[in-house]
Amino acid sequence: MTRRASRSPLHDVVIVGAYNTRQAKQLDLDEIDVLLDAVHGALASAGLTLADVDGFNVTSSTQRLHSRQAVMLFGAQPSWTGSDIGIPAVIEAALAISAGLCQTAVIATAQVAAHRDNAKTAPWTRPGNEFVACWGLFTPAEFALMARRHMHLYGTTEQQFAEVAATIRNNGARHPQACHYGKFVTAEDVLHSRMVADPFHLLDCAMTSEGGAGLVLTSVERAQDLDVQPIYLLGGGTDKQGMAYVTAPVWDKFGQVGRRAAQQAFAQAGLTPSDVDVLELYDPFSFEVIRQLEVFGFCGPGEGGDFVMDGQLRMDGKFPAVTNGGLLSFSHAGLAQLLQKPISAVQQLRGEYPPELTVKDARVALTSNGGSGALFTDVLLLGTQRAAA
Amino acid sequence: MNDSHRDNLMPLPQPTALSRPHWDACREGVLLVQRCAQCATYVFIPQPCCTNCQSAELKWVPSSGRGRVYSYSVVHRAPRPQFKVPYIVAVIELQEGWYMLSNVLECPMDDVAIDLAVTVRFKPINDDITLPYFVPA
Repeated sequence: MTRRASRSPLHDVVIVGAYNTRQAKQLDLDEIDVLLDAVHGALASAGLTLADVDGFNVTSSTQRLHSRQAVMLFGAQPSWTGSDIGIPAVIEAALAISAGLCQTAVIATAQVAAHRDNAKTAPWTRPGNEFVACWGLFTPAEFALMARRHMHLYGTTEQQFAEVAATIRNNGARHPQACHYGKFVTAEDVLHSRMVADPFHLLDCAMTSEGGAGLVLTSVERAQDLDVQPIYLLGGGTDKQGMAYVTAPVWDKFGQVGRRAAQQAFAQAGLTPSDVDVLELYDPFSFEVIRQLEVFGFCGPGEGGDFVMDGQLRMDGKFPAVTNGGLLSFSHAGLAQLLQKPISAVQQLRGEYPPELTVKDARVALTSNGGSGALFTDVLLLGTQRAAA
Repeated sequence: MNDSHRDNLMPLPQPTALSRPHWDACREGVLLVQRCAQCATYVFIPQPCCTNCQSAELKWVPSSGRGRVYSYSVVHRAPRPQFKVPYIVAVIELQEGWYMLSNVLECPMDDVAIDLAVTVRFKPINDDITLPYFVPA
Protein backbone atom coordinates (compact mmCIF):
# COMPACT_ATOMS: atom_id res chain seq x y z
CA MET A 1 0.00 0.00 0.00
CA THR A 2 1.74 3.12 -1.19
CA ARG A 3 -0.65 5.70 0.22
CA ARG A 4 -3.18 5.83 2.98
CA ALA A 5 -6.62 4.63 1.90
CA SER A 6 -9.51 7.01 2.40
CA ARG A 7 -12.38 5.77 4.54
CA SER A 8 -14.94 3.99 2.38
CA PRO A 9 -17.92 1.84 3.32
CA LEU A 10 -16.79 -0.47 0.52
CA HIS A 11 -13.97 -1.58 2.84
CA ASP A 12 -16.50 -3.21 5.18
CA VAL A 13 -17.61 -5.64 2.47
CA VAL A 14 -16.06 -8.71 0.85
CA ILE A 15 -16.85 -11.01 -2.05
CA VAL A 16 -17.16 -14.57 -0.75
CA GLY A 17 -18.72 -16.31 -3.76
CA ALA A 18 -17.94 -16.13 -7.49
CA TYR A 19 -19.24 -18.53 -10.08
CA ASN A 20 -19.69 -18.91 -13.83
CA THR A 21 -22.24 -21.31 -15.29
CA ARG A 22 -21.24 -23.18 -18.41
CA GLN A 23 -20.66 -20.71 -21.25
CA ALA A 24 -21.19 -21.59 -24.91
CA LYS A 25 -21.97 -20.07 -28.28
CA GLN A 26 -25.42 -21.60 -27.76
CA LEU A 27 -26.67 -23.40 -24.65
CA ASP A 28 -29.27 -26.12 -24.93
CA LEU A 29 -30.81 -24.97 -21.66
CA ASP A 30 -33.64 -22.72 -20.54
CA GLU A 31 -32.51 -19.31 -19.39
CA ILE A 32 -34.18 -19.79 -16.00
CA ASP A 33 -32.24 -23.02 -15.43
CA VAL A 34 -29.00 -21.19 -16.20
CA LEU A 35 -30.03 -18.41 -13.81
CA LEU A 36 -30.79 -20.91 -11.03
CA ASP A 37 -27.40 -22.51 -11.62
CA ALA A 38 -25.76 -19.08 -11.37
CA VAL A 39 -27.43 -18.36 -8.01
CA HIS A 40 -26.87 -21.80 -6.48
CA GLY A 41 -23.33 -22.03 -7.86
CA ALA A 42 -22.36 -18.64 -6.46
CA LEU A 43 -23.80 -19.54 -3.05
CA ALA A 44 -22.08 -22.94 -3.06
CA SER A 45 -18.74 -21.30 -3.82
CA ALA A 46 -19.28 -19.16 -0.70
CA GLY A 47 -20.34 -22.10 1.46
CA LEU A 48 -23.75 -20.50 1.90
CA THR A 49 -27.37 -21.40 1.16
CA LEU A 50 -30.41 -19.36 0.14
CA ALA A 51 -31.39 -19.16 3.80
CA ASP A 52 -28.33 -16.98 4.39
CA VAL A 53 -29.28 -14.42 1.73
CA ASP A 54 -31.28 -11.29 2.52
CA GLY A 55 -30.18 -9.18 -0.46
CA PHE A 56 -31.03 -10.02 -4.08
CA ASN A 57 -30.06 -8.63 -7.47
CA VAL A 58 -31.06 -11.47 -9.79
CA THR A 59 -32.08 -10.90 -13.42
CA SER A 60 -32.26 -12.55 -16.81
CA SER A 61 -31.81 -10.85 -20.18
CA THR A 62 -33.92 -12.59 -22.81
CA GLN A 63 -36.89 -13.26 -20.54
CA ARG A 64 -36.42 -9.81 -19.00
CA LEU A 65 -36.78 -11.07 -15.46
CA HIS A 66 -36.06 -8.29 -12.97
CA SER A 67 -35.08 -8.71 -9.35
CA ARG A 68 -38.50 -8.32 -7.80
CA GLN A 69 -39.81 -11.07 -10.10
CA ALA A 70 -36.75 -13.25 -9.60
CA VAL A 71 -37.05 -13.40 -5.81
CA MET A 72 -40.36 -15.20 -6.33
CA LEU A 73 -38.46 -18.11 -7.92
CA PHE A 74 -36.84 -18.62 -4.54
CA GLY A 75 -39.81 -17.82 -2.34
CA ALA A 76 -37.54 -15.19 -0.91
CA GLN A 77 -38.50 -12.11 1.10
CA PRO A 78 -35.27 -10.10 0.98
CA SER A 79 -34.76 -6.96 3.03
CA TRP A 80 -32.96 -5.40 0.05
CA THR A 81 -33.36 -5.71 -3.73
CA GLY A 82 -30.78 -4.27 -6.13
CA SER A 83 -31.37 -2.76 -9.54
CA ASP A 84 -28.01 -1.91 -11.11
CA ILE A 85 -25.86 -4.05 -13.42
CA GLY A 86 -22.25 -5.19 -13.55
CA ILE A 87 -19.66 -3.45 -11.39
CA PRO A 88 -22.19 -0.78 -10.26
CA ALA A 89 -24.35 -3.68 -9.00
CA VAL A 90 -21.44 -4.90 -6.90
CA ILE A 91 -20.90 -1.40 -5.49
CA GLU A 92 -24.64 -0.96 -4.91
CA ALA A 93 -24.88 -4.24 -3.00
CA ALA A 94 -21.76 -3.42 -0.97
CA LEU A 95 -23.22 -0.07 0.05
CA ALA A 96 -26.49 -1.78 1.04
CA ILE A 97 -24.54 -4.22 3.22
CA SER A 98 -22.40 -1.52 4.81
CA ALA A 99 -25.54 0.55 5.47
CA GLY A 100 -27.18 -2.40 7.19
CA LEU A 101 -29.99 -2.84 4.63
CA CYS A 102 -28.98 -6.47 4.25
CA GLN A 103 -26.14 -8.71 5.40
CA THR A 104 -25.50 -11.08 2.51
CA ALA A 105 -26.37 -10.35 -1.10
CA VAL A 106 -26.39 -12.50 -4.21
CA ILE A 107 -25.96 -10.89 -7.64
CA ALA A 108 -26.68 -13.18 -10.56
CA THR A 109 -27.82 -12.99 -14.16
CA ALA A 110 -28.12 -15.14 -17.29
CA GLN A 111 -28.73 -14.83 -21.00
CA VAL A 112 -29.80 -17.60 -23.36
CA ALA A 113 -31.20 -17.46 -26.91
CA ALA A 114 -31.00 -13.69 -27.31
CA HIS A 115 -29.20 -13.98 -30.66
CA ARG A 116 -29.92 -16.80 -33.09
CA ASP A 117 -30.31 -14.85 -36.39
CA ASN A 118 -26.85 -14.80 -37.95
CA ALA A 119 -27.99 -12.70 -40.92
CA LYS A 120 -28.02 -9.80 -38.47
CA THR A 121 -25.50 -8.78 -35.88
CA ALA A 122 -26.46 -9.44 -32.25
CA PRO A 123 -29.55 -7.43 -31.25
CA TRP A 124 -27.73 -5.63 -28.43
CA THR A 125 -25.24 -4.25 -30.98
CA ARG A 126 -27.97 -2.61 -33.08
CA PRO A 127 -29.01 0.80 -31.75
CA GLY A 128 -32.57 1.92 -32.41
CA ASN A 129 -32.12 5.66 -32.09
CA GLU A 130 -33.39 7.87 -34.93
CA PHE A 131 -30.04 9.72 -35.19
CA VAL A 132 -27.94 6.54 -35.21
CA ALA A 133 -29.61 3.46 -36.68
CA CYS A 134 -30.40 4.83 -40.16
CA TRP A 135 -26.69 5.27 -40.97
CA GLY A 136 -25.91 1.61 -40.43
CA LEU A 137 -24.21 2.30 -37.11
CA PHE A 138 -23.78 -0.58 -34.71
CA THR A 139 -21.54 -1.22 -31.74
CA PRO A 140 -18.30 -2.07 -33.57
CA ALA A 141 -18.67 1.03 -35.76
CA GLU A 142 -19.39 3.24 -32.74
CA PHE A 143 -16.20 2.05 -31.05
CA ALA A 144 -14.30 2.19 -34.35
CA LEU A 145 -15.09 5.92 -34.56
CA MET A 146 -13.27 6.35 -31.24
CA ALA A 147 -10.36 4.11 -32.25
CA ARG A 148 -9.91 5.89 -35.60
CA ARG A 149 -9.67 9.27 -33.87
CA HIS A 150 -7.07 7.86 -31.45
CA MET A 151 -5.04 6.54 -34.40
CA HIS A 152 -5.22 9.99 -36.01
CA LEU A 153 -4.13 11.82 -32.86
CA TYR A 154 -1.42 9.45 -31.63
CA GLY A 155 -0.37 7.17 -34.48
CA THR A 156 -1.86 4.10 -32.82
CA THR A 157 -1.85 1.13 -35.21
CA GLU A 158 -3.87 -1.95 -36.10
CA GLN A 159 -0.79 -4.00 -35.17
CA GLN A 160 -1.08 -2.68 -31.62
CA PHE A 161 -4.78 -3.59 -31.52
CA ALA A 162 -3.87 -7.07 -32.82
CA GLU A 163 -1.28 -7.55 -30.08
CA VAL A 164 -3.97 -6.86 -27.46
CA ALA A 165 -6.50 -9.17 -29.11
CA ALA A 166 -4.01 -12.02 -29.50
CA THR A 167 -2.80 -11.68 -25.90
CA ILE A 168 -6.33 -11.87 -24.52
CA ARG A 169 -7.48 -14.61 -26.88
CA ASN A 170 -4.49 -16.76 -25.98
CA ASN A 171 -5.49 -16.52 -22.30
CA GLY A 172 -8.95 -17.78 -23.20
CA ALA A 173 -7.39 -20.55 -25.26
CA ARG A 174 -5.84 -21.84 -22.00
CA HIS A 175 -9.01 -21.45 -19.89
CA PRO A 176 -11.00 -24.70 -19.88
CA GLN A 177 -14.33 -22.86 -19.35
CA ALA A 178 -13.78 -20.40 -22.21
CA CYS A 179 -15.99 -20.63 -25.30
CA HIS A 180 -12.85 -20.40 -27.44
CA TYR A 181 -10.79 -22.85 -25.36
CA GLY A 182 -7.93 -24.22 -27.44
CA LYS A 183 -8.21 -21.51 -30.10
CA PHE A 184 -4.79 -19.87 -30.06
CA VAL A 185 -4.22 -16.94 -32.43
CA THR A 186 -1.30 -14.76 -33.45
CA ALA A 187 -1.39 -11.03 -34.04
CA GLU A 188 -1.05 -11.89 -37.74
CA ASP A 189 -4.20 -13.99 -37.50
CA VAL A 190 -6.04 -10.98 -36.05
CA LEU A 191 -4.80 -8.72 -38.85
CA HIS A 192 -5.80 -11.27 -41.49
CA SER A 193 -9.29 -11.88 -40.09
CA ARG A 194 -12.03 -10.23 -42.12
CA MET A 195 -12.74 -6.56 -41.59
CA VAL A 196 -15.90 -5.78 -39.60
CA ALA A 197 -15.79 -2.02 -39.08
CA ASP A 198 -12.46 -0.50 -40.07
CA PRO A 199 -10.05 -0.51 -38.18
CA PHE A 200 -11.56 -3.51 -36.34
CA HIS A 201 -11.08 -6.97 -37.76
CA LEU A 202 -13.29 -9.83 -36.63
CA LEU A 203 -10.78 -10.99 -34.02
CA ASP A 204 -10.58 -7.47 -32.53
CA CYS A 205 -14.27 -7.76 -31.61
CA ALA A 206 -16.13 -9.42 -28.74
CA MET A 207 -17.77 -12.75 -29.46
CA THR A 208 -21.42 -13.58 -28.81
CA SER A 209 -22.36 -16.38 -26.46
CA GLU A 210 -24.76 -17.58 -23.77
CA GLY A 211 -24.35 -18.23 -20.07
CA GLY A 212 -24.76 -16.94 -16.56
CA ALA A 213 -22.72 -15.74 -13.62
CA GLY A 214 -23.11 -14.94 -9.95
CA LEU A 215 -21.37 -13.22 -7.04
CA VAL A 216 -22.03 -13.30 -3.30
CA LEU A 217 -21.13 -10.37 -1.04
CA THR A 218 -21.25 -10.11 2.72
CA SER A 219 -19.78 -8.08 5.55
CA VAL A 220 -16.17 -8.51 6.65
CA GLU A 221 -17.50 -9.68 10.03
CA ARG A 222 -19.86 -12.27 8.60
CA ALA A 223 -17.13 -13.59 6.30
CA GLN A 224 -15.00 -14.51 9.29
CA ASP A 225 -17.46 -17.34 9.99
CA LEU A 226 -17.09 -18.75 6.47
CA ASP A 227 -14.57 -21.30 5.27
CA VAL A 228 -13.61 -19.35 2.13
CA GLN A 229 -10.96 -16.75 1.32
CA PRO A 230 -12.69 -13.35 1.28
CA ILE A 231 -11.77 -10.88 -1.46
CA TYR A 232 -11.89 -7.28 -0.27
CA LEU A 233 -13.43 -4.31 -2.05
CA LEU A 234 -10.70 -1.67 -2.09
CA GLY A 235 -12.34 1.09 -4.12
CA GLY A 236 -14.71 1.81 -6.95
CA GLY A 237 -16.05 4.44 -9.31
CA THR A 238 -18.84 4.66 -11.88
CA ASP A 239 -18.40 7.13 -14.70
CA LYS A 240 -21.47 7.64 -16.90
CA GLN A 241 -21.70 10.38 -19.53
CA GLY A 242 -25.15 9.91 -21.02
CA MET A 243 -27.03 7.28 -22.95
CA ALA A 244 -25.07 4.90 -25.16
CA TYR A 245 -25.66 4.89 -28.91
CA VAL A 246 -27.88 7.96 -29.26
CA THR A 247 -25.30 10.65 -29.94
CA ALA A 248 -22.09 10.94 -31.93
CA PRO A 249 -19.12 9.26 -30.16
CA VAL A 250 -16.85 12.30 -30.16
CA TRP A 251 -13.39 11.50 -28.76
CA ASP A 252 -12.78 15.03 -27.42
CA LYS A 253 -15.98 14.85 -25.36
CA PHE A 254 -16.07 11.23 -24.24
CA GLY A 255 -12.64 9.67 -24.86
CA GLN A 256 -11.54 10.10 -21.23
CA VAL A 257 -14.56 8.37 -19.72
CA GLY A 258 -13.41 6.24 -16.79
CA ARG A 259 -10.48 8.45 -15.78
CA ARG A 260 -12.48 9.84 -12.86
CA ALA A 261 -13.75 6.38 -11.89
CA ALA A 262 -10.20 5.04 -11.69
CA GLN A 263 -9.00 8.07 -9.74
CA GLN A 264 -11.81 7.59 -7.22
CA ALA A 265 -11.09 3.86 -6.92
CA PHE A 266 -7.35 4.35 -6.43
CA ALA A 267 -7.93 7.15 -3.88
CA GLN A 268 -10.30 4.97 -1.84
CA ALA A 269 -7.83 2.10 -1.97
CA GLY A 270 -4.74 4.20 -1.23
CA LEU A 271 -3.10 2.63 -4.27
CA THR A 272 -1.62 3.68 -7.58
CA PRO A 273 -1.55 1.79 -10.89
CA SER A 274 1.91 0.40 -10.09
CA ASP A 275 0.37 -1.49 -7.15
CA VAL A 276 -1.95 -3.49 -9.41
CA ASP A 277 -0.98 -7.11 -10.10
CA VAL A 278 -3.66 -8.12 -12.61
CA LEU A 279 -5.95 -6.18 -14.98
CA GLU A 280 -9.37 -7.68 -15.64
CA LEU A 281 -10.13 -4.92 -18.15
CA TYR A 282 -13.32 -4.66 -20.16
CA ASP A 283 -12.51 -5.82 -23.68
CA PRO A 284 -15.44 -5.29 -26.07
CA PHE A 285 -12.86 -4.31 -28.70
CA SER A 286 -9.08 -4.53 -28.59
CA PHE A 287 -8.65 -0.75 -28.76
CA GLU A 288 -10.62 -0.21 -25.55
CA VAL A 289 -7.88 -1.96 -23.58
CA ILE A 290 -5.34 0.54 -24.92
CA ARG A 291 -7.66 3.42 -24.07
CA GLN A 292 -8.22 2.18 -20.53
CA LEU A 293 -4.48 1.85 -19.88
CA GLU A 294 -4.23 5.55 -20.66
CA VAL A 295 -7.25 6.86 -18.76
CA PHE A 296 -6.65 4.63 -15.74
CA GLY A 297 -3.13 6.05 -15.45
CA PHE A 298 -0.98 3.05 -16.44
CA CYS A 299 0.57 5.21 -19.14
CA GLY A 300 0.21 8.72 -20.53
CA PRO A 301 -2.27 9.94 -23.16
CA GLY A 302 -1.46 8.37 -26.53
CA GLU A 303 1.09 5.96 -25.04
CA GLY A 304 -1.22 2.93 -24.82
CA GLY A 305 -0.22 1.52 -28.19
CA ASP A 306 3.49 1.43 -27.40
CA PHE A 307 2.71 0.17 -23.88
CA VAL A 308 1.04 -3.00 -25.13
CA MET A 309 3.79 -3.73 -27.69
CA ASP A 310 6.24 -4.25 -24.84
CA GLY A 311 4.34 -7.42 -23.94
CA GLN A 312 3.34 -5.96 -20.57
CA LEU A 313 -0.20 -7.38 -20.80
CA ARG A 314 0.92 -10.96 -21.39
CA MET A 315 0.87 -13.53 -18.60
CA ASP A 316 4.62 -13.06 -18.11
CA GLY A 317 4.41 -9.27 -18.34
CA LYS A 318 4.18 -6.65 -15.60
CA PHE A 319 0.38 -6.26 -15.94
CA PRO A 320 -1.24 -9.53 -17.07
CA ALA A 321 -4.60 -8.55 -18.57
CA VAL A 322 -7.96 -10.25 -19.06
CA THR A 323 -6.65 -13.53 -17.74
CA ASN A 324 -9.85 -15.50 -18.44
CA GLY A 325 -9.92 -14.53 -22.13
CA GLY A 326 -12.61 -11.93 -21.63
CA LEU A 327 -15.30 -10.93 -24.08
CA LEU A 328 -13.00 -11.87 -26.95
CA SER A 329 -12.59 -15.52 -25.99
CA PHE A 330 -14.16 -16.51 -22.63
CA SER A 331 -17.77 -15.37 -23.09
CA HIS A 332 -19.96 -12.36 -23.86
CA ALA A 333 -23.42 -13.22 -22.59
CA GLY A 334 -25.95 -10.57 -21.63
CA LEU A 335 -25.17 -8.89 -18.35
CA ALA A 336 -23.20 -11.90 -17.05
CA GLN A 337 -20.11 -10.76 -18.95
CA LEU A 338 -20.08 -7.56 -16.86
CA LEU A 339 -19.97 -9.62 -13.65
CA GLN A 340 -17.31 -11.90 -15.12
CA LYS A 341 -14.68 -9.17 -14.73
CA PRO A 342 -14.86 -9.17 -10.89
CA ILE A 343 -15.44 -12.94 -10.97
CA SER A 344 -12.20 -13.49 -12.87
CA ALA A 345 -10.41 -11.18 -10.42
CA VAL A 346 -11.74 -13.13 -7.43
CA GLN A 347 -10.71 -16.47 -8.93
CA GLN A 348 -7.30 -15.06 -9.87
CA LEU A 349 -6.70 -13.56 -6.39
CA ARG A 350 -7.75 -16.83 -4.76
CA GLY A 351 -5.25 -18.72 -6.88
CA GLU A 352 -7.94 -20.85 -8.49
CA TYR A 353 -6.70 -20.59 -12.08
CA PRO A 354 -4.62 -23.25 -13.85
CA PRO A 355 -0.88 -22.66 -13.41
CA GLU A 356 -0.38 -21.22 -16.91
CA LEU A 357 -3.04 -18.56 -16.18
CA THR A 358 -2.02 -17.82 -12.61
CA VAL A 359 -0.52 -14.45 -11.76
CA LYS A 360 1.88 -15.43 -9.01
CA ASP A 361 1.32 -13.74 -5.64
CA ALA A 362 -1.40 -11.49 -7.06
CA ARG A 363 -2.80 -9.27 -4.30
CA VAL A 364 -4.56 -6.44 -6.14
CA ALA A 365 -6.78 -6.67 -9.22
CA LEU A 366 -8.34 -3.87 -11.24
CA THR A 367 -11.64 -4.69 -12.96
CA SER A 368 -13.66 -2.56 -15.35
CA ASN A 369 -16.87 -2.42 -17.38
CA GLY A 370 -17.94 -0.22 -20.27
CA GLY A 371 -16.14 1.72 -22.96
CA SER A 372 -15.79 4.98 -24.78
CA GLY A 373 -18.21 4.06 -27.56
CA ALA A 374 -20.86 3.40 -24.92
CA LEU A 375 -20.13 6.58 -22.92
CA PHE A 376 -19.52 4.82 -19.60
CA THR A 377 -16.68 3.12 -17.75
CA ASP A 378 -16.86 1.63 -14.25
CA VAL A 379 -13.90 0.55 -12.13
CA LEU A 380 -13.61 -1.76 -9.12
CA LEU A 381 -10.39 -2.56 -7.26
CA LEU A 382 -10.27 -5.88 -5.41
CA GLY A 383 -7.62 -7.29 -3.11
CA THR A 384 -6.58 -10.11 -0.85
CA GLN A 385 -6.20 -7.71 2.10
CA ARG A 386 -8.44 -5.02 3.54
CA ALA A 387 -7.58 -1.45 2.51
CA ALA A 388 -5.23 0.13 5.05
CA ALA A 389 -7.27 3.09 6.32
CA MET B 1 -28.11 5.57 -48.38
CA ASN B 2 -28.71 3.13 -51.11
CA ASP B 3 -31.80 1.67 -52.71
CA SER B 4 -32.19 -0.76 -49.87
CA HIS B 5 -33.27 2.14 -47.68
CA ARG B 6 -36.69 1.80 -49.31
CA ASP B 7 -36.96 -1.58 -47.68
CA ASN B 8 -39.43 -1.23 -44.83
CA LEU B 9 -37.15 -3.41 -42.72
CA MET B 10 -34.60 -0.62 -42.64
CA PRO B 11 -34.29 1.20 -39.33
CA LEU B 12 -35.69 4.53 -40.56
CA PRO B 13 -36.18 7.42 -38.15
CA GLN B 14 -39.52 7.64 -36.42
CA PRO B 15 -39.69 11.35 -35.63
CA THR B 16 -40.86 12.42 -32.20
CA ALA B 17 -42.47 15.72 -31.21
CA LEU B 18 -38.97 16.84 -30.28
CA SER B 19 -37.22 15.78 -33.48
CA ARG B 20 -40.01 16.44 -35.99
CA PRO B 21 -38.76 19.92 -37.07
CA HIS B 22 -35.35 18.44 -37.98
CA TRP B 23 -36.81 15.71 -40.17
CA ASP B 24 -39.42 18.00 -41.75
CA ALA B 25 -36.66 20.44 -42.74
CA CYS B 26 -34.62 17.63 -44.31
CA ARG B 27 -37.55 17.11 -46.67
CA GLU B 28 -37.11 20.77 -47.70
CA GLY B 29 -33.33 20.35 -48.14
CA VAL B 30 -32.39 22.22 -44.97
CA LEU B 31 -30.27 20.86 -42.09
CA LEU B 32 -31.90 22.29 -38.95
CA VAL B 33 -30.19 22.26 -35.56
CA GLN B 34 -31.29 23.65 -32.20
CA ARG B 35 -29.52 26.73 -30.87
CA CYS B 36 -29.96 28.30 -27.46
CA ALA B 37 -31.39 31.84 -27.55
CA GLN B 38 -29.73 32.59 -24.20
CA CYS B 39 -26.17 31.29 -24.57
CA ALA B 40 -25.91 30.52 -28.32
CA THR B 41 -24.93 26.87 -27.73
CA TYR B 42 -25.75 24.48 -30.58
CA VAL B 43 -27.67 21.43 -29.31
CA PHE B 44 -27.78 18.13 -31.17
CA ILE B 45 -29.36 15.56 -30.83
CA PRO B 46 -32.60 17.49 -30.12
CA GLN B 47 -33.26 18.20 -26.44
CA PRO B 48 -36.06 19.92 -24.48
CA CYS B 49 -33.59 22.40 -23.00
CA CYS B 50 -30.14 23.82 -23.63
CA THR B 51 -27.46 21.35 -22.55
CA ASN B 52 -25.22 24.23 -21.45
CA CYS B 53 -27.56 26.59 -19.52
CA GLN B 54 -30.83 24.60 -19.37
CA SER B 55 -32.78 27.46 -20.95
CA ALA B 56 -35.97 26.28 -22.62
CA GLU B 57 -35.47 28.89 -25.35
CA LEU B 58 -34.09 26.65 -28.05
CA LYS B 59 -34.61 27.88 -31.61
CA TRP B 60 -34.32 25.75 -34.74
CA VAL B 61 -31.74 27.37 -37.03
CA PRO B 62 -30.37 26.25 -40.40
CA SER B 63 -26.84 24.85 -40.45
CA SER B 64 -24.41 25.69 -43.23
CA GLY B 65 -24.33 21.95 -43.88
CA ARG B 66 -20.58 22.31 -44.34
CA GLY B 67 -18.05 20.58 -42.17
CA ARG B 68 -15.30 18.02 -41.97
CA VAL B 69 -14.95 14.35 -41.20
CA TYR B 70 -14.06 14.16 -37.51
CA SER B 71 -13.82 10.37 -37.50
CA TYR B 72 -15.00 7.55 -39.75
CA SER B 73 -15.26 3.80 -40.18
CA VAL B 74 -15.67 1.77 -43.34
CA VAL B 75 -18.20 -0.89 -42.41
CA HIS B 76 -17.81 -4.33 -44.00
CA ARG B 77 -20.24 -6.31 -41.82
CA ALA B 78 -23.62 -4.59 -41.70
CA PRO B 79 -25.89 -4.80 -38.67
CA ARG B 80 -28.70 -5.89 -40.99
CA PRO B 81 -28.55 -7.55 -44.39
CA GLN B 82 -30.48 -4.62 -45.89
CA PHE B 83 -27.37 -2.42 -45.77
CA LYS B 84 -25.04 -2.89 -48.74
CA VAL B 85 -21.37 -3.09 -47.74
CA PRO B 86 -18.93 -1.49 -47.73
CA TYR B 87 -20.20 1.88 -46.60
CA ILE B 88 -18.75 4.80 -44.65
CA VAL B 89 -20.14 5.93 -41.31
CA ALA B 90 -18.71 9.14 -39.92
CA VAL B 91 -18.84 11.71 -37.19
CA ILE B 92 -19.23 15.03 -39.00
CA GLU B 93 -18.07 18.22 -37.28
CA LEU B 94 -20.21 21.02 -38.72
CA GLN B 95 -18.72 24.47 -39.30
CA GLU B 96 -20.86 25.81 -36.45
CA GLY B 97 -19.09 23.46 -34.03
CA TRP B 98 -21.67 20.73 -33.51
CA TYR B 99 -21.40 17.04 -34.35
CA MET B 100 -23.66 14.52 -36.02
CA LEU B 101 -23.46 10.92 -37.22
CA SER B 102 -24.07 10.29 -40.90
CA ASN B 103 -22.82 8.52 -44.00
CA VAL B 104 -20.22 9.82 -46.45
CA LEU B 105 -21.35 8.94 -49.98
CA GLU B 106 -20.13 9.62 -53.50
CA CYS B 107 -16.62 9.09 -52.10
CA PRO B 108 -14.25 6.22 -52.94
CA MET B 109 -13.57 4.15 -49.81
CA ASP B 110 -9.85 4.92 -50.06
CA ASP B 111 -10.43 8.68 -50.20
CA VAL B 112 -12.24 9.11 -46.90
CA ALA B 113 -10.00 10.63 -44.25
CA ILE B 114 -10.16 12.62 -41.06
CA ASP B 115 -10.44 16.35 -41.84
CA LEU B 116 -11.91 15.68 -45.30
CA ALA B 117 -14.12 18.68 -46.14
CA VAL B 118 -17.72 17.61 -46.72
CA THR B 119 -21.08 19.16 -47.46
CA VAL B 120 -24.61 17.96 -46.82
CA ARG B 121 -26.93 16.41 -49.41
CA PHE B 122 -30.43 15.03 -49.00
CA LYS B 123 -32.04 11.85 -50.24
CA PRO B 124 -35.80 11.23 -50.01
CA ILE B 125 -36.51 7.72 -48.72
CA ASN B 126 -40.31 7.88 -48.54
CA ASP B 127 -43.05 10.53 -48.27
CA ASP B 128 -42.09 11.34 -44.68
CA ILE B 129 -38.37 10.68 -44.31
CA THR B 130 -35.52 12.36 -46.15
CA LEU B 131 -32.07 11.46 -44.86
CA PRO B 132 -29.18 13.93 -44.85
CA TYR B 133 -25.79 12.57 -45.89
CA PHE B 134 -22.42 14.11 -46.72
CA VAL B 135 -20.23 14.19 -49.82
CA PRO B 136 -16.71 15.52 -50.36
CA ALA B 137 -16.93 19.31 -50.72
